[in-house]
Amino acid sequence: MTTVAPVKNFDDVKPQTPWSASMRDRQMTLGLVIAAVVTSFVIVGITPMKGKLAYFVIFFAALLALDYTYSRLKFGKAAGVDSFFKTLFTVAICITVLPIVSILWSVWQRGHKGLHWTLFTQNMKQADFTGPVGQGGLIHAIIGTLIIIAIAVVISVPIGILTAIYLTEIRGRFSRPIAFLVQAMSGVPSIVAGLFILAAIVYPLTRHFNGFEGSIALAILMIPTVARTSEEVLRLIPEDLREAGLALGGTQWRSVALIVIPAARSGLFTAIILGVARIIGETAPIVLLTGGANVMNINPFSGTMESLPLYIWTGLLAGTPESFTRAWAGILILLALVIILFTGARYLGSKKAAN
Amino acid sequence: MTDEANNDITNENNGEEKAMETKNNSSLASVSAARAAKVGESRVGTGAIGVGLEARGVHAWFGQKHALANVSMDFWPGTVTALIGPSGCGKSTFLRTLNRMHEFIPGAAMAGEVLLNGDDIYAPGTDVTKIRLKVGMVFQKPNPFPSMTIEENVLAGLKLAQLKVENKNELLEECLTRAGLWNEVKDRLKSHGGALSGGQQQRLCIARSLAVRPQVLLMDEPCSALDPGSTLKIEETIGHLADSVTIIIVTHNMQQAARVSDNTAFFLSDGGPGQMIESGPTNEIFSRPKDERTENYVTGRFG
Repeated sequence: MTTVAPVKNFDDVKPQTPWSASMRDRQMTLGLVIAAVVTSFVIVGITPMKGKLAYFVIFFAALLALDYTYSRLKFGKAAGVDSFFKTLFTVAICITVLPIVSILWSVWQRGHKGLHWTLFTQNMKQADFTGPVGQGGLIHAIIGTLIIIAIAVVISVPIGILTAIYLTEIRGRFSRPIAFLVQAMSGVPSIVAGLFILAAIVYPLTRHFNGFEGSIALAILMIPTVARTSEEVLRLIPEDLREAGLALGGTQWRSVALIVIPAARSGLFTAIILGVARIIGETAPIVLLTGGANVMNINPFSGTMESLPLYIWTGLLAGTPESFTRAWAGILILLALVIILFTGARYLGSKKAAN
Repeated sequence: MTDEANNDITNENNGEEKAMETKNNSSLASVSAARAAKVGESRVGTGAIGVGLEARGVHAWFGQKHALANVSMDFWPGTVTALIGPSGCGKSTFLRTLNRMHEFIPGAAMAGEVLLNGDDIYAPGTDVTKIRLKVGMVFQKPNPFPSMTIEENVLAGLKLAQLKVENKNELLEECLTRAGLWNEVKDRLKSHGGALSGGQQQRLCIARSLAVRPQVLLMDEPCSALDPGSTLKIEETIGHLADSVTIIIVTHNMQQAARVSDNTAFFLSDGGPGQMIESGPTNEIFSRPKDERTENYVTGRFG
């Protein structure tokens, strides 16, 4: 026998989410967390385990134990294990996020005192690191970092992405050795890259420090990151799309340029971001190759150049409260710069996909 | 065309829609007979115009594995040919040798000749991209280019092959109309291809293939990822296209082969390389197969 749905007015039916946590569930979770907090205080109070870390460790251990016991008693063994792992992952995330939040917080706490409008308008020509905050600034370091990074990006992004295309699209005879070399190169310490440029370019050829040499050293560090990440991203593009391009009478190059790369666009932006993240804080090659400066130098091919990591380093070396404050302000600005660059790159990368 | 088949047509009221509903294998022959009558004798390979695409003793290997042995077939202009057979019998491999897509699989090798308008497409010095312009392909899974709009997808072939067209809008409308998609997308040509339903995406891929004006269109199980409604639409599209394009379609669905094709080839592998067991007019293959294995397959006794 069949039934036909009667015509009906559905206005009185409201959307519900019976699967989401009820008030009682939330109270129970809160109760468990409070119990874990109490346990951690009690145990730290009565046992020899002391210190901030002890509170955290005992709190998380107690939370896991209590959560497991509660679920096990109420819903049985399987639910207990399930609940245990759920809490374990939450705890793991907290442990991951904690250092990041802690870094951001301490940088802000120590750096914001050094923030002053002169930072963005002045250089250090007339000022000294040990002088009062408010005299001198780091505009020359910001510009220097941006120039050095920009040149490194211009050099390494095409090389890195073309390497990835060779590995994933052309798949030539040398794919294996190149993939191995790229992997090995990603472990090169930054000081080695700096020394290499020093020995290969500065001593035999230019005999002067300048920003461009620093950029080349940073590009050497950045290429493996860009190449490997791009390779992973290009491998995710379905074989179907490549074949569809070829089946329409495109050459391999046109199929890669018009279909594969646009399809991988946002992933390739991520590759560039990761590459920049690798090099933006590098200090060793900068110290070796671009030197430092008190004044603005916008010509990367002539003369030494200041950069943010170097500015921070100088500030910390000077060793007075004022210079420390300057250094922390520099760190704060470097972090802000990173966040601005990455947000911008993410935006550019996802703009087309969002349409 | 036999009397028996003609009777079937009258009984079926010459309607493909009604024929579509038939489910059991015994009626497959009558379904295909209905189609044969509808499209007319000229389409069933009597060859007034000359053969468009010919395979001559085609073999294929993947590494050491001999996947396909000695297939020879003619594909006449204006006909639809269905390749049927169980999985792993080499029919998709054969299809991919016809526009030189086979060679993209690492370790692939082949032997034999494929003649397009009399010229071997594997001859040294052949421009492969020109071959693939003339022999287009529609894939199993709908694969519109994700970074492109509907319009850009249809015209992608022009960009890829660097072709010039006088009126792009005209071509766009023509291709989408021939693929049976124009009315559904004409108001949103600038939106992304990925926003369409699976069936619409597949018709978009057909429109994309048509834009470079292929002489032959290869379809590798084009409906296997689609619902029955979309399948019906694609089959209608194939029916319309057959007037201007030679179509070769791989399918696992025997009703589909019976509904859309003029000729059918049955492939089978007995553990060794896949071979073509039998080919001929579709209604003959389904009603009076000469080989016992073909009969067993089309009646659903194995495979």
